[in-house]
Amino acid sequence: MWTWFYKLASPPYVYAVAAALAPWFLGLAALTIGYGVIDGLVFAPPDYQQGDAFRIIYVHAPGAWMSTFVYTMMAVAGAIGLIWRIKMGHAVAAACAPIGASFTVLALATGSLWGKPMWGTYWAWDPRLTSELILLFLYFGAMSLRSAFEDAAQGDRAAALLAVVGVVNVPIIHYSVVWWNSLHQGATVAKLGKPSMDASMLWPLLSMFLGFMLFFAAVLCTRLRGEILNRERQASWVRGAVNS
Amino acid sequence: MPATALGIGRVSIGSVEAFALVVRRELRLSFSRPQQLLQPLVFFLIVTTLFPLGLNLQPSLLRDMAPGVLWVAALLSSLLSLDALFKSDADDGTLDQLALSGQGLAVIVMAKTFAHWLVTGAALVLMAPLVAVALNIPGIAFATMLGSLTMGTLTLSWLGAIGAGLTVGLRRGNVLLSLIVLPLATPLLIFGAAATDRAISNSSVAGALYLLAALCVLTCTLAPLAATAALRITLE
Repeated sequence: MWTWFYKLASPPYVYAVAAALAPWFLGLAALTIGYGVIDGLVFAPPDYQQGDAFRIIYVHAPGAWMSTFVYTMMAVAGAIGLIWRIKMGHAVAAACAPIGASFTVLALATGSLWGKPMWGTYWAWDPRLTSELILLFLYFGAMSLRSAFEDAAQGDRAAALLAVVGVVNVPIIHYSVVWWNSLHQGATVAKLGKPSMDASMLWPLLSMFLGFMLFFAAVLCTRLRGEILNRERQASWVRGAVNS
Repeated sequence: MPATALGIGRVSIGSVEAFALVVRRELRLSFSRPQQLLQPLVFFLIVTTLFPLGLNLQPSLLRDMAPGVLWVAALLSSLLSLDALFKSDADDGTLDQLALSGQGLAVIVMAKTFAHWLVTGAALVLMAPLVAVALNIPGIAFATMLGSLTMGTLTLSWLGAIGAGLTVGLRRGNVLLSLIVLPLATPLLIFGAAATDRAISNSSVAGALYLLAALCVLTCTLAPLAATAALRITLE
């Protein structure tokens, strides 16, 4: 029953699985993001207060959600590598870091573009914005710590530990709008029961969320293959995989 | 000073005794080089002097800025000395000896960090009233300021121990150490400065102090584990 799980620790197996899955993820991501973009930007009605400016939510909210999701995933993968000494855990964590940092930059950039017409400023020292910025620094810290070590295995474990320590920031980001009287609006989508959004606006947004997850999975598969090739470059199966 | 000279090599001593021995060793080493002890404090003084000079502020404005200036200066000067927390002991092999001494590495890490806090954090707290007077912070805020700085520097020493443990083997670890520790220390800066700020305007400080205390307890209990794990990784 657990054999499929054990196989995930084997680099050639993960390499093959990632290669097989990546096109599926990419295709589904293109479908869901395509639907979300067209329906969200063209057909959804403009907001009664914000007009068309609200449409940036279709990129901003999924990007921000991914920034914390990828960080958590990086920390969990790093912890798996740290605790059970599974090399693939570190490879996944290393592949996650630049993707997560990109999502964080995307969330910050789209947020400040939206903030200028709505709040009258590109940037406010608001709890949620600040904690999101700290998240970006945490990504940078983990990435530079990993590359600072000459011994790659040591760098992996150090970066994993730092990622686990930095996880304390994730709930702070999530609850910052609840704990502090924030300029940033509260939860819109994830409210249980009735979301405070009309269905005509909500469906494209949910599709974008799903699309961003699928896109992340596709990019992760591709980056992970690169990581595996680089890490296993001494192994004999790599030569076969590259030459074929 | 070799670790064995202090009797740390003997397995028979208890954890508390080992803790006390390491603290005493660290303090003796620090006081044998007083200039190194004074450098972070002088740095703290200089940074807090630079702000009023550079900003050319009115006294009332200066008082508004003071908590932030005080806390940023405290963060930076603590950070300055963190690099040395494990470095010299790791370079001459003492840290390996301590790790092999039969005492838990966690005890050693706790003792070293505590000693580090005594000579940097606690000294900085003692120095703070002087700086506070220069920054025009009124006397009613002193108790809150000192209390929050005590908890803040303690928390910072613990966060710093994690960062120092992770970067101890690196040749140019100093900048990386700041990159790692400063993001983790931002909640500290926010609540610490908020507490001092509220004390100056004579409003309730309990909320910010409670949050600082919570951060302090959290790091004092969990950070030793993380710092020990970090040292285990880099010492290998």
